[in-house]
Amino acid sequence: MARKPVAPGHADEPTRNTTFDLAHMSVRDVNRLLHEAEHGDFVIKNPRGLHAIVAGLDGELNVSIDGHVGYYCAGMNKRASVTIGGNAGTGLAENMMSGRVHVKGDASQSAGATGCGGLLIIDGNASARCGISIRGLNIVVKGSVGHMSAFMAQAGTLVVLGDAGDALGDSIYEARLYLRGKVKSLGADCVMKQMHDEHKVSLRQLLDASGIGGTVDVSEFRRYGSARKLYNFHISNLGSY
Amino acid sequence: MSSDDPWPRMPPRESAIYDRYTIAEIHRAAATGIYDIRGFGAKRRLPHFDDLLFLGASISRYPLEGYREKCGTDVTLGTRNAKKPITLKIPITIAGMSFGSLSAPAKEALGRGASAMGTSTTTGDGGMTAEEREHSSLLVYQVLPSRYGMEPDQLRKADAIEVVVGQGAKPGGGGMLLGQKISDRVAEMRTLPKGIDQRSACRHPDWTGPDDLAIKIQELREITDWEKPVYVKVGAARPYYDTALAVKAGADVVVLDGMQGGTAATQEVFIEHCGIPTLAAIRPAVEALQELDMHRKVQLIVSGGIRSGADVAKALALGADAVSIGTAALIALGDNHPRWQEEYRKLGTTAGCYDDWHEGRDPAGITTQDPELTRRLDPVLAGKRLANFLAVLTLECQTLARANGKSHVHNLEPEDLVALTVEAAAMAAVPLAGTDWIPGRGC
Repeated sequence: MARKPVAPGHADEPTRNTTFDLAHMSVRDVNRLLHEAEHGDFVIKNPRGLHAIVAGLDGELNVSIDGHVGYYCAGMNKRASVTIGGNAGTGLAENMMSGRVHVKGDASQSAGATGCGGLLIIDGNASARCGISIRGLNIVVKGSVGHMSAFMAQAGTLVVLGDAGDALGDSIYEARLYLRGKVKSLGADCVMKQMHDEHKVSLRQLLDASGIGGTVDVSEFRRYGSARKLYNFHISNLGSY
Repeated sequence: MSSDDPWPRMPPRESAIYDRYTIAEIHRAAATGIYDIRGFGAKRRLPHFDDLLFLGASISRYPLEGYREKCGTDVTLGTRNAKKPITLKIPITIAGMSFGSLSAPAKEALGRGASAMGTSTTTGDGGMTAEEREHSSLLVYQVLPSRYGMEPDQLRKADAIEVVVGQGAKPGGGGMLLGQKISDRVAEMRTLPKGIDQRSACRHPDWTGPDDLAIKIQELREITDWEKPVYVKVGAARPYYDTALAVKAGADVVVLDGMQGGTAATQEVFIEHCGIPTLAAIRPAVEALQELDMHRKVQLIVSGGIRSGADVAKALALGADAVSIGTAALIALGDNHPRWQEEYRKLGTTAGCYDDWHEGRDPAGITTQDPELTRRLDPVLAGKRLANFLAVLTLECQTLARANGKSHVHNLEPEDLVALTVEAAAMAAVPLAGTDWIPGRGC
């Protein structure tokens, strides 16, 4: 999409290391300025759980948010690197396309939902439906994930260092799940699969990219994915639905 | 009659309860063990716009000259919050239908036809194709529960955004695109393997309930810098509450789809037994808007069984700002045309009854991804047919509006209507013809 040019020296021109204070600016104003920026480093102060902070970014931006954010932070992110110093509300980095989003605390429901690409790192726990319907996004959760995580996940990866709740990978398609802890139950058509070398390599790469490659042993993980038995509706599978 | 005469032979008597269709369905279910899936919309008889009449002018009402005096048809959508509302030249839009359920030429034809008449068309599951963007001067981008093909760049390329909560053919249901319609291109757009049955979710993955919806709409506005009108589409179930909640959530436009609305593939039992008729849905939605002082500020688009200019005019008279067509648009492109009768017979049906849109064997090249069948549809000619149809709907609507003395189709009002049946009078809240009785309204 053609980006509105911002003349050098223009009052609205975002500059490197710019600080935006949401105690004195609206989310709209901050997002507008970031949408107009092609690159740069930015700090957002006083997020105070506000919604849709840095939603829709598309640029080589490094954004650091000092505090907790509400719903849909970094929604549909492209190319930008976003670090959240606190916890994140529902729909963190939903439909993310590329780039990197890192939350230092916990994430609420539907983190990374329908994401297409990039890397989402959650240092704490993620609630229900983490990675629901992902389409290529890689997610690394250093804590545990809630029920129905990776529901209908199509492509991409969900790595969980802790435990998983009920119905992990329910109706999963081609996404890969790596779990180090316990799983309460698997969802329909989700099965444990053998860890081959290629899986260990790709898992190692994700852990390295998340900054914990040197501290985690990939052999401790189990792999889960689709049994592909429910890909085509058949009456003999009625009991599975 | 002598005692030797035979007993009179009685003709076979068909049961009203177990009619031939019902018996055939029981046999089909017993043979297969699975419910019937089909496309199209509700086929049962329902109270509908046919059960309403316009009164026209008389001594107390002054008509407009049909061939001289102007009757406006334009409508602007998204005036509540969007920086860039869209204006349609006619109050008839094309409903969301996916590439996948429809062929690429069909999507292109919809764009061509709509653009020729100055109105919008709408994407569907699977995202936006280059063809439909190129040929649609105004394109509404659907945000569906499945999010297949959902991309922020496409969101920004759209002229408006439609958050789909449900559709009239199956309020509360998701979708299914069967494997035989999953071509390489469809599979790639949806990030799923070729040939598998693709389930479209019935719930959004990242919000539940009206409070979340308000925040979701805020996010969509932020991503698109508050430029685009945001519609919320609901299947007609509880239209009073759903409309009020959509307004509360921040919708610029409410799209209300009655149970006659079409679908590409849904269980027959769902199509025929869930939701309420379009006729019954409009007035509660309008009343909700009026009570919130949002009528004409949040626009109402009504769909589900709109087939003629009379239907358009009646929906507008009941309070809609515009209507949307899906099934009728496909028929205008050439669906169920008698020219394909021989092939319809080979499929076990007949022209006018073909509804197995999910099977991908559409002789008309519309509801298919088969390359040979798809080539049968010329998008230029089909687009012209759709434009013609839209022109007729508009002319018919204007004819009725002028006859009722209206210089703009939005000036039509319930007072211009009467009902032919008690049911229609109650649902549409207009008097039974020849009386001043509106059932259920205490008058």
